[in-house]
Amino acid sequence: MVDQPIVEVRDLRKTFAVKHAGGVSTLHALSGVSFEITRGETLGLVGESGSGKTTAGRILVGLIPATGGSVRLFGADITGAEGKKQLAGVRSRLQFVFQDPYASLNPRMRIGGAIAEPIDIVGTHSRKDRNDRVAELLELVGLPRNSIERYPHEFSGGQRQRIVIARALALNPEFVVCDEPVSALDVSMQAQIVNLLLDLQDRLGLSYLFIAHDLAVVRAVSTRVAVMYAGSIVETAPKAQIYSDPQHPYSRALLDAVPRADPDFVRHPVVAGEVPSLLDPPSGCSFHPRCGLAMERCRVERPLLQDSGPGRRVACHLFSR
Amino acid sequence: MSALLSIRNLTVQFRVDSGWVTAIDDVSLDVNAGDCVGVVGESGSGKSVTALSILQLHDRVTTRMPSGSILYQGHDLLRIKGSAMRRIRGSEIAMIFQDPMSSLNPVLTIADQISETLRQHQGLTGAAARKRVVELLGLVRIPDAARRADDYPHRLSGGMRQRVMIAMAIACKPRLLIADEPTTALDVTIQAQILELLRDLRRELSMSVMLISHDLGVIAEFAQRVVVMYAGRVVEDAPVAQLFRRPVHPYTMGLIAAVPRLDSDALRLTTISGRIPGPQEIIPGCRFSPRCALVQEGCLDEPPSMHPVSDGQSARCPPRILALSERHG
Repeated sequence: MVDQPIVEVRDLRKTFAVKHAGGVSTLHALSGVSFEITRGETLGLVGESGSGKTTAGRILVGLIPATGGSVRLFGADITGAEGKKQLAGVRSRLQFVFQDPYASLNPRMRIGGAIAEPIDIVGTHSRKDRNDRVAELLELVGLPRNSIERYPHEFSGGQRQRIVIARALALNPEFVVCDEPVSALDVSMQAQIVNLLLDLQDRLGLSYLFIAHDLAVVRAVSTRVAVMYAGSIVETAPKAQIYSDPQHPYSRALLDAVPRADPDFVRHPVVAGEVPSLLDPPSGCSFHPRCGLAMERCRVERPLLQDSGPGRRVACHLFSR
Repeated sequence: MSALLSIRNLTVQFRVDSGWVTAIDDVSLDVNAGDCVGVVGESGSGKSVTALSILQLHDRVTTRMPSGSILYQGHDLLRIKGSAMRRIRGSEIAMIFQDPMSSLNPVLTIADQISETLRQHQGLTGAAARKRVVELLGLVRIPDAARRADDYPHRLSGGMRQRVMIAMAIACKPRLLIADEPTTALDVTIQAQILELLRDLRRELSMSVMLISHDLGVIAEFAQRVVVMYAGRVVEDAPVAQLFRRPVHPYTMGLIAAVPRLDSDALRLTTISGRIPGPQEIIPGCRFSPRCALVQEGCLDEPPSMHPVSDGQSARCPPRILALSERHG
């Protein structure tokens, strides 16, 4: 039997109304995003500021509503007419880990209470089961048992992210959206948390949507990678291919721009220009004003994601047949 | 060749409720004319404290420097008069910071803010100042500079704001530019543009640059010499190629290994065990010893000092240096 994807996103759209002196403008945060995540897989969603990666993650866990398109989680359509009800049915099977472990924990709540909060809200555990579960979760994320009585300020950034992960796992989710979970951490701590997420995936069979701007971190955790630019996915491919043979000119520019910890590395010329305004996106392909390979067609016609190799899709007229 | 800037055995302490904590301890580093020195380290390593000490931007009441000197062209910046320091600050030594938005005044136009530096240090006003502002904005490659000069900071993107900060910093042709995490808040393609700009300006204006970063990639690309800091101390100082090819201090080795790579298929990242100590934690001997895979008995006895390894490379780890010298005969 072929596994049904646990996440199916189809043509997802999101606009925000932005008020300013001249009236109200429409910000196009997502303009038609589609992807799937299968069980046990990690999809790495990479892009720069304003690419829409965080908005996509928030819609996926029901934090904000979509403007158009559909999201199915475990087969339940959370964007349709019955969306709220459908989401409630699958709520406990998904979780979210945010970037900032300082802002994610109540400074006045002890760690034990913070980790047990989801359990207490569901209210199905006996006192003893609850406490056993908290101890088990602490061990799972590599924190000492005596952390229960302590407060968030007693922990470093890396340890706090462990606490946040323990809380996210409290109700045995199957799918976790991680939004920049290691970008606030120092390099030596970052590696520890990335390895922890990988270990937890092996042990618990989790699926992740891993949102990050750091391409090297995404490579370390992902099975597949989707590159976003100005509200759209421009390319998606199995991880090895996207790093060795990027197809979309933006994916290539993004990889070329990453500084390498290797003094002998000779970099390609830097891509010029900046990310376009989402209030007034360019016509055609949104990357065309910065693209060295842009043709007339790129200025008028928006390229759609289409198959470009085994397991690969790219939105670029250079690959149109 | 004598150094443009030479920090010797600098210790900086901050006052807290319980007394004084040592933020940096026995820090020495040199910046030669035309040199680009990278200072790399994680949170609490003391890299920014070192930079702020050079320009004396610490709060006088809550800071003390019980030992050390900062020699700039032969003058000790810790002992010169306030008026002399004000002249150096901005015109001889300039600094840019991580967050350009909080460094710019939101209610003044770009031109107003750059003119202020020109008036203070060069006495330029009116049309002459205006002309120089547009020239500077062009130098940092802001398109349509004459029109952009009248914009307020909120109209500019993060990358453009950092360009404005750089324009302001180079307004008086400083000999030394201190850049404290100048690209950390920027997207990766914009970061590459800003690093390229800094590299070109350094050559065009023949200034020295001290680049502070937590990112080994940025350091590898930009610096000629690298100073690695850990928990308030310099642990290694080496030419950039040597540092990456043959790191000596176990912390440098661990840090380089922990950087996730774009070309690696490893199933797990290499980690450094344990965590970064807080400034108030008392660790006997070498401050890296609790996390060090190569720790020996002697490491806990007394704080190690910097020892030369070879050709301009030195490190604060006598056991490793001894082992290396035995291996190479």
